[in-house]
Amino acid sequence: MSYVVETIELTKRYPGAAENAVDALNLGVGAGELFGLLGPNGAGKTTTTSILTTRVRPTSGQALINGVDVLASPAATKRAIGVVPQSNTLDRSLSVFENLYFHGRYFGMDAKTARFEAAFRLEQFRLAERKNVPVAALSGGMAQRLMVARAMLHYPAVLFLDEPTSGLDPQSRLALWDVLRELHSTGQTIVLTTHYMEEAEELCDRIAIMDKGRLLALGTAAALKDSIASTSRLKLTTKGSSAALAASLETIFGTDARTHIGEHSVTVDTDGVVVSMQSLLQRATDAGIELSGITVEEPSLERVFIELTGRELRD
Amino acid sequence: MKVAAHPSTSRLAPSTPKVILALLGRDVRVLRKQARVFIIRTAMQPLLLMFVFTYVFPKIGQGIGGSVRSASGFSTLLVAGVLGISIIFQGIQAVALPLVQEFGFSKEIEDRVLAPAPNWAIAVEKILSGALQACLAALIVFPIALVVPATPIHLHINFFAIVLFVPLAGLVSGALGLTIGTLVPPTQIPLIFAIIVLPITFLGAVYYPWSALSPIPWLKYLILLNPLVYINEGLRAFLTTGIVHMNTAAIIVASVAFLALLTAAGIRGFEKRIVS
Repeated sequence: MSYVVETIELTKRYPGAAENAVDALNLGVGAGELFGLLGPNGAGKTTTTSILTTRVRPTSGQALINGVDVLASPAATKRAIGVVPQSNTLDRSLSVFENLYFHGRYFGMDAKTARFEAAFRLEQFRLAERKNVPVAALSGGMAQRLMVARAMLHYPAVLFLDEPTSGLDPQSRLALWDVLRELHSTGQTIVLTTHYMEEAEELCDRIAIMDKGRLLALGTAAALKDSIASTSRLKLTTKGSSAALAASLETIFGTDARTHIGEHSVTVDTDGVVVSMQSLLQRATDAGIELSGITVEEPSLERVFIELTGRELRD
Repeated sequence: MKVAAHPSTSRLAPSTPKVILALLGRDVRVLRKQARVFIIRTAMQPLLLMFVFTYVFPKIGQGIGGSVRSASGFSTLLVAGVLGISIIFQGIQAVALPLVQEFGFSKEIEDRVLAPAPNWAIAVEKILSGALQACLAALIVFPIALVVPATPIHLHINFFAIVLFVPLAGLVSGALGLTIGTLVPPTQIPLIFAIIVLPITFLGAVYYPWSALSPIPWLKYLILLNPLVYINEGLRAFLTTGIVHMNTAAIIVASVAFLALLTAAGIRGFEKRIVS
């Protein structure tokens, strides 16, 4: 399989840093794929994207776009990529339309083509009504859509988005998701970095979980959940003795089930054992324990993520 | 599934000069939008300088100009001086200050940095844009310098030389702006004025010809490090008459040398700022 985006043992250590920001990373993104890079702050997502978009020089290893080395051919790389960075980088001296028009001109379109393509993208991203306003007058969501429109204007082989929905309100986030789904449905290859689980799960064909510059896991959201947390997690709360409650559950789940006994609660990883609510209630009643609550937590990407990257706070 | 690109946009591979021209097109559009601001910011300082020094002073009998004996001589001297200041100011205002902002907090430079050309080309475009605005500034300021003085101006225009020299001076100014813009962090913008703009203008042979500094030899040779000296002396050589100026060959050689030095430093600074 040939990749649109590929990294081979890609490594970056910033001058003076004690550790590698990206550490021997091997990734491949196929044509038409919507690929997610997921990780906590400092995981190396942005550095990886920055290397692929010519803005950071790798210490070793290779980054390839369409099989062409990024470091060796930055101009060819820039033609092949569209980039939506983390912060608003719209040209504030220009109007909405002009931001698109001049982007087209930078990429070699003649004036007529640039006007046509700008108008097409304004329609596509529902910005046509605001075409003549200064970009400073746009809401956060509209500014973000304009940045996607601009990045798509020259028909890049791959579109990079770096945490595109940070700081957007829920409506704008959903609108941006729609935009990305629509682009994806037309076969656009997209690489998305995010630290929002639901975003990765909702949108991405495959997800790479990164931390401390390394690739920890790679696969579809379903496969990731299967591989690491194949079990539902059951949490029972009681006003009575949690130890007695745990003992009553042993007959269902066996003694080696992963059971955590809290002060007034018991958490059990069911490990595939299917059990009805009625039988749970029955066991508790038989043991004379009054249950105050039952929650079932299905395997989630968040659990996968926390299990892989730990709980400590990142700055 | 692969969606076909719009036929006219598939395989877009503009040449580097074409990308530079497109970036210049953007700068010209912005300049046209801000024409009024550009004219005011360009004309104000020379207008006031000429008004006070060459209109008010002669009228009230206050002497200025030192070895340039007459008030009329001083007006003539100052024509080149205000033109030179206007040209060098464009490097600061049209290149350095916007760059400091774009690198520092607005990040607007991002989209242009991603234009499909080598990074040096994007830096060179900034120099060209500065030079273009410097030439426009010279066109605005020249008539002011001629009309405002109360005393006659002695012009002797070497048309061919001036048409070549003003763009050269503009390029030096743009390259100076690029170098400053890539070196200074946004919190230190006030320092640009205190330690760069003011010394360059006050010690730039604006108010006196370079040769008149002979009584202060250390200063005379120290300010040879100031690119504005050559711009002003060149303008004097090619525009006016009656004032002793530096050897024209030395002016050209020094200007070209400064252009090469500042362009190299500016490109280096630019690349350091955008690639880590």
